[in-house]
Amino acid sequence: MSGYAPHTERDIQAMLEVIGAPSLEALSSVPDGLELRAHLDLPPPMPESQAFAHLRRLAEANQAARMTSFLGAGAYRHYRPPAVSWFATRSEFLTAYTPYQAEASQGTLQAIYEWQTYISLLTGMDVSNASLYDGATALVEGVIMALHATGKRRVAVSLGVHPMYRAVLATYAAGMGLEVRELPMDERGLTVCEEQALDGVSCLAIQSPNFFGCIEDVPTAARAVHAAGGLCIAVTAEALALAVLQTPREAGADIALGEAQSFGLPVGYGGPYVGFIATTREHVRRLPGRLVGETRDVDGRRAFVLTLQGREQHIRRELATSNICTNQALCALMATVYLATVGSHGLQAIAATNLERARRLRDALCALEGFSQTFAAPFFNEVCIRTPVAAERLAARFYEKGILAGLPLSRFYPGRDNDLLVCATELTSPEDIARFARAVAAEVPHAAVA
Amino acid sequence: MRQWPKEGVPLLFEQGAPGRGSRFVEDAGRPEDFLDPALLRRRLPLPDLAEPEVARHFTRLSQRNFSVDGNFYPLGSCTMKYNPKLNEAAAAYEGFTELHPFAPDAGAQGALHLLWDMQRWLSELFGMAEFSLMPAAGAHGEITAMLMAKKYFAQIGQPERHVCLVPDTAHGTNPASAAMVGYRVVAIPSTRRGRTDVGALRARLDGATAVCMMTNPNTLGLFEDDIVDITRAVHDAGGLMYYDGANANAIVGLTRPGDMGFDLLHLNLHKTFSVPHGGGGPGSGPVGASERLARYLPQPLVTRRGDGGFALEWDRPDSIGPVRAFWSHFLAIVRAYAYIIVHGVEGLQANSRLAVLNANYVRARLKGVLSVPYEDLCRHEFVCSAEDLKRATGVRALDLAKGLLDAGIHAPTMYWPHVVPECLMIEPTETETKETLDEFVRVLSSLVARAREDPSALAALPLHTPVRRVDEAQAGRLANKGIGLRWEPPAADASPNGT
Repeated sequence: MSGYAPHTERDIQAMLEVIGAPSLEALSSVPDGLELRAHLDLPPPMPESQAFAHLRRLAEANQAARMTSFLGAGAYRHYRPPAVSWFATRSEFLTAYTPYQAEASQGTLQAIYEWQTYISLLTGMDVSNASLYDGATALVEGVIMALHATGKRRVAVSLGVHPMYRAVLATYAAGMGLEVRELPMDERGLTVCEEQALDGVSCLAIQSPNFFGCIEDVPTAARAVHAAGGLCIAVTAEALALAVLQTPREAGADIALGEAQSFGLPVGYGGPYVGFIATTREHVRRLPGRLVGETRDVDGRRAFVLTLQGREQHIRRELATSNICTNQALCALMATVYLATVGSHGLQAIAATNLERARRLRDALCALEGFSQTFAAPFFNEVCIRTPVAAERLAARFYEKGILAGLPLSRFYPGRDNDLLVCATELTSPEDIARFARAVAAEVPHAAVA
Repeated sequence: MRQWPKEGVPLLFEQGAPGRGSRFVEDAGRPEDFLDPALLRRRLPLPDLAEPEVARHFTRLSQRNFSVDGNFYPLGSCTMKYNPKLNEAAAAYEGFTELHPFAPDAGAQGALHLLWDMQRWLSELFGMAEFSLMPAAGAHGEITAMLMAKKYFAQIGQPERHVCLVPDTAHGTNPASAAMVGYRVVAIPSTRRGRTDVGALRARLDGATAVCMMTNPNTLGLFEDDIVDITRAVHDAGGLMYYDGANANAIVGLTRPGDMGFDLLHLNLHKTFSVPHGGGGPGSGPVGASERLARYLPQPLVTRRGDGGFALEWDRPDSIGPVRAFWSHFLAIVRAYAYIIVHGVEGLQANSRLAVLNANYVRARLKGVLSVPYEDLCRHEFVCSAEDLKRATGVRALDLAKGLLDAGIHAPTMYWPHVVPECLMIEPTETETKETLDEFVRVLSSLVARAREDPSALAALPLHTPVRRVDEAQAGRLANKGIGLRWEPPAADASPNGT
């Protein structure tokens, strides 16, 4: 009768008889005046074979998905071992619900516990939650934690934090009545943390590597905000950097949060990704969302279970630490399978390759007349390049040649017209870089005239 | 019956050996070749495993889960319907997965067209002026709408409105979302018929009323037949009506929240539109708005330009702004889109009717087994109560739920809504066969019969799941101190596999 429902006419009649209803229509009728009367402008049902082809055509219409890309800026193309989606999307994981029934959900629960462990080990923090929607909403949740911890409604955020994360924070801040102070950047591409700006803040959010690609001096920022009585929130938009950089904990952060899309998730036109948040034991009860803990069953077997649910919305309602319910369990599982597959050595090797390719890209571009590195600070796999022509125009020209040249900073930082943010990962081949550099050399005199 | 090993599956951190499994990139050097060692972490204490170990680990973990593909999963208010595999195939197309969110609009026309269609189709199906696909989940949609309401009242010069009315049967996310924007939550009681008490609601309406959040059908599975009176009364008092779409699977193609008078709503594409739940996400929680609220929707939305092309639209000055980093849970939207084009309006409508049929069939057959507290026919779900059974035998709803697990059936939602004591909330969904429903009734009936003969037996269930009842209190005591929330290295050995 319909798509995936199994009912035969005979089933329906037999069931209606048991119910004592004359017809399906009568059974599902709504009060007078509320029946759907309007003609709805949707396409007629498509046979599955046609739908399959139609969706493929839509996918193939996205030419940018096939292009050589130097875009990063919070969404990173990394190698995804086929094992990741093979195991993570097994039906038993994919089609399960939130693991409320522990006896029937040990697979999901243990995987989340392993994710919590990975995030704790990567950030150096004591505890992590089960995941959040993405890096931007993780920042909001981290700020709310700091608010509860300090009772102060003023927030300091570095301008080097991803502009979309800051925009999301601004959206929430407007509704929640928070005062957000943005800290400026210096000429090296690093956050300026002046004492005055930190006066009376609940927290300072600083991202490293920051949106310009620069590795921040988090320890100094942490000391400054601690002196002002606030918490230090270390933000990470490129989780792979955690494999090599000083951990947020070593740097003095109280809360480490960010985006873990780099661990085995596709860029997928922006989602779903997976936010993470981790903190010290002191703040564990302020964490938002799900937490999985270890315990025993009645036979003494190791078991995992959702815990500290007294913080959560379904128990505490308007007094909950957060409203989050559904989060990103499957994405966290993908990241967990990814981290298990690549391991400590693999992750470090991949990170080293990112370091090497990004420097190769920087060197190739800066060898060209008129190009230079915008900021002197050290970088991971992204770097800002000063261009002799408007970066926006350059990016537009390269798109026509089938290359995604990077993100013009002017998109988010008005006035930075000649800065292009470029990214290289282990998927960026030396040939890609050489071809890009040759194309730039050929293009620029032309663009300068245009 | 399968015997589950007492030791379970070791944690990843208890497996592997240093150096296993690295084969992903050519040797490019060490981090200290590129960065000042002062910037680097000292060690990376993660386990190294070979891929065969990873394979066995996650396969074994998966076998310790119930799932829709393996089990009947009548979890009320969660809509655990079958997730068509077409959706998965579509979401895996490289043209979608490899598309960068900052790709120029010209290079993302397929994705933008798809999003634009979804915005329009959801608006049509639910009777709203416009939809944003940005929110990541239902609760995220709720907070999005609360932020919109707050901005609306600020703009019309009524910032003093700060009360949010929420029926006592509402999802916990409703009051939690309202509280996030500083709204004071007032609970509205239900009547003996399981509907929102309109008199009580009217009595709470005044110049402080901001929003009234409703779920329809409500979480008892009953249609709020006074809904038009309610929306009119709230509007007359100057408030806004918010529709929680958690139970939309009962109404798609049959009636529209917009026509009931709602101003704002969210959907759960992972319930109604067959996006898999993934063990707790990712979901997708689009928000729809009526004409007067649409301009506050989060941006960017997708728009169609004069030349027929599609673009992200950033120029919406009254928008509350973005609510997540990028444009949507795009790959979840692709899945919901696949579901819609295969069904069309007729198919979606048929599914709603069959969801109602399945729920009423189970309800009719369970009458006389457990008490069914509300007389009216239900919509896509219903509640029953083990209160009488508990009084007679001491056996609780929890015990029945655990007993179902032994039969390979996932438990219904338990002890919620709170207005029904010893509550079991059952939502079969439309994708279950009559045979499965009959088997469910048979198993639940035999559990109840057993409870009357030998009540103590049920307290021991389940016997055949990977673990039996777990000590939640113990986990909570430790977690309160920040313990037992992760693997900890043995004291003498600070890393996995003993490096």
